[in-house]
Amino acid sequence: MTAYKQKPVSKDMILKVEHLRMQFGGLVAIDDLNFDVERGKITAIIGPNGAGKTTVFNCITGFYRPTGGMLTLKRANGEMHRLERLANFQITKKAKVARTFQNIRLFNGLTVLENLLVAQHNRLMRASGMSIFGLLGLPGYKHAAKNAIENAGAWLEKIKLVDRADDPAGSLPYGDQRRLEIARAMCTDPELLCLDEPAAGLNPRESLALNELLLSIRSETDTSILLIEHDMSVVMEISDHIIVLEYGSKISDGTPDNIRNDPRVIAAYLGVEDEEMDEVEELLDEAKGDAAPAGETTDKLDGTTVSIEKRSRP
Amino acid sequence: MNTRMENFCTNPAKARFSGALFQGICTAFIAFLLFVFIVGLPADLNIHNELQITPQFGYLFNYVLIAGAGRFTWCYSGGGIRGAVLAFFPGIILFIAYRAWLYYISAAVAGNYVFSIQFGQLAITAIMLAALLAAAWLFLYSSRIRSAIAGNIAAITPAMQRYAPGMIIALLLIYPVFIVTFVVDNMAQSQKWIDNYAIQILIYVMLAWGLNIVVGLAGLLDLGYVAFYAVGAYTVALLGNHFGFSFWLCLPIAGIFAALWGVMIGFPVLRLRGDYLAIVTLAFGEIVRTILQNWTPVTGGANGLFVKKATFFGIPFERGPNGFAAFFGMKFQAAHYKIFLYYIIVTLLILMAWIITRLRRLPIGRVWEALREDEIACRSLGINTVTAKLSAFATGAMFGGFAGAFFAARQGRADYTSFVFMESVIVLAIVVLGGMGSLSGIAIAAIVMIGGMELLREIPSSLQMIFGPDFRPEQYRMLWFGLAMVCVMILKPRGFVSSRTPSAFLNRKKAVPGHFTVEGNG
Repeated sequence: MTAYKQKPVSKDMILKVEHLRMQFGGLVAIDDLNFDVERGKITAIIGPNGAGKTTVFNCITGFYRPTGGMLTLKRANGEMHRLERLANFQITKKAKVARTFQNIRLFNGLTVLENLLVAQHNRLMRASGMSIFGLLGLPGYKHAAKNAIENAGAWLEKIKLVDRADDPAGSLPYGDQRRLEIARAMCTDPELLCLDEPAAGLNPRESLALNELLLSIRSETDTSILLIEHDMSVVMEISDHIIVLEYGSKISDGTPDNIRNDPRVIAAYLGVEDEEMDEVEELLDEAKGDAAPAGETTDKLDGTTVSIEKRSRP
Repeated sequence: MNTRMENFCTNPAKARFSGALFQGICTAFIAFLLFVFIVGLPADLNIHNELQITPQFGYLFNYVLIAGAGRFTWCYSGGGIRGAVLAFFPGIILFIAYRAWLYYISAAVAGNYVFSIQFGQLAITAIMLAALLAAAWLFLYSSRIRSAIAGNIAAITPAMQRYAPGMIIALLLIYPVFIVTFVVDNMAQSQKWIDNYAIQILIYVMLAWGLNIVVGLAGLLDLGYVAFYAVGAYTVALLGNHFGFSFWLCLPIAGIFAALWGVMIGFPVLRLRGDYLAIVTLAFGEIVRTILQNWTPVTGGANGLFVKKATFFGIPFERGPNGFAAFFGMKFQAAHYKIFLYYIIVTLLILMAWIITRLRRLPIGRVWEALREDEIACRSLGINTVTAKLSAFATGAMFGGFAGAFFAARQGRADYTSFVFMESVIVLAIVVLGGMGSLSGIAIAAIVMIGGMELLREIPSSLQMIFGPDFRPEQYRMLWFGLAMVCVMILKPRGFVSSRTPSAFLNRKKAVPGHFTVEGNG
């Protein structure tokens, strides 16, 4: 275990991303990215296709090793972990970061319940004394196994899959598989849950159920959520904080209301016409330099917003 | 011309017939091209080392006709498995008819043709073959028969699951008693039943159960499994010869050594997947075999090493006053040792089945299966996939080591010829045929494959009538064996027992159908 005593991360932060850079050969996927994830909140990362959202996730969860930068995770008990230095399974085991995948990765041939039990592997393995006590059938392991099944049962109740607990996970409909994957990640007792497009492929009703599930995770557990999402009905509805990426850099950062009205975000999503290009670039320069007084920027922002809105309804 | 075309188009039966006929003729032509020099005009060296051509146009004509008729039947009956089964009929009829004719001619020339007896034998063999095919056809294509069989199986399944383990153990325990009492006249004859059949099959069951952990559960394709078998056998031999360790002391040590070797081979190849893993493990198996073959000072080279027999609580199985037979006041019999070995391996297997069933319900076993399903997902759940894979390798290798130690004690020696690549292939075939991950399926597959291969040695030589006087049925056993495997894989692509039993359940235990699970790719 590597618990670091580094420069202090402010108290309510769970994850601090500093100067993150990820390069694949000559392609810079992420360049000097900085953001914070607050404890107990739902933070969303949005951005157009190819903006580098999933790359950020893969860096945080250890599937990629960042080219540069620092990822500091602070656990509730005060331990600090430098995620870029941990192997990916250690990130879940020690730093308590769990993730789901854009294309669902369930164990299709295992039952729904078994999927949730595999997620509790580390705890059960300890209880089974590296399998030796378990092989002998000692009561300590039996108790732990019973607890694990109860825990899984509680999550199944929450995602309304108790009836299908003993069916293979591959036989579930798509929406149920999405929720099962989230429940499976939650069974590792994470402090930070990273969801990669949890609403992709869901119909509006399933999306709504997902919103409820995520909100209940926020209110009932100590888990903070970081999610990537394209579905704005999910993002705007449930996020407390939104980070917008474009071409590997952060272009905006704030509450859903701020983001909704940010011209740079709108420009990134809708594009701008040639004659407005200068105006937007100027704005972007100012934002980068952080030099412009707040009031002026807001005025100009409003102006751009209006002009874009005009164009969007011809 | 016009009317012919119309006929051709409007009469589908006729169109099908002419189409099938065309296909048949084409096939016959290709068969002719293929066989004309090999069968029709084969060249041989005679005793003076001269090349000689012996024309066999009769055989050639027969083969060409069989190929054409088979293709015609296959096409005309609509193809598929059903067509393939049907296509055997004309082939068999033509084949037997031609052989019978040849036999008749040669016998008539020699003047020793006894019509009634030999024709009767021929007819019986032909009828049996036809009946076998008809049964296969009925089974495949009568949905009523299939559903009736499936219904019966479903009806007895719950009872079977409940009582099967106890019944099987009881059967295994009384098997030698049954053989000695009812099947053979004296104990010496029991060798065939207990050693050739039972012990050999059970050794393969043990190997296949061990490999099943690596291939079936963890999904790591291991083609060098026989190396661990060899490590077990040579451990017993070397420790026994140099340090005088008894078999019982060597048995656990052999398991531990093999497990260490499992970790040693497992560690460098862990980052490999699928085909690459298979090739590296294959190479590892060959390395071990080559070392055993060539490191003569240590392994005895081609002569192998002597292995001491196992003892019954220190009492050796030998002639004389100190032997097992004398101790219990019996007459010395070589079969005593075989029966003793039989009980050893049955005990080991019961223990092994218990351990594997337990392991599957423990987190470690569940993770092996999760690894097979999706390794990346495993890592995202905080599971150390390296140790999980290594533990699968080590556990599988350990059982291979036990099997090797037992094998050495049974043979009385350890030599490299028992640890060739073919053994790995047979064990892997048993695992695949049985259904990856299923203990019962694998046991069935081992009985069918190893028992079947032994049984095929005993094909009645009356078949020589059909296949000619120089036909030796035992030479064809691998061919039959291959054919049987192809058939099983067509009918049951995921092995005899394709479904998996979940390791835990919340409401009701239900088997997971085979098509949900994946084979794993390393």
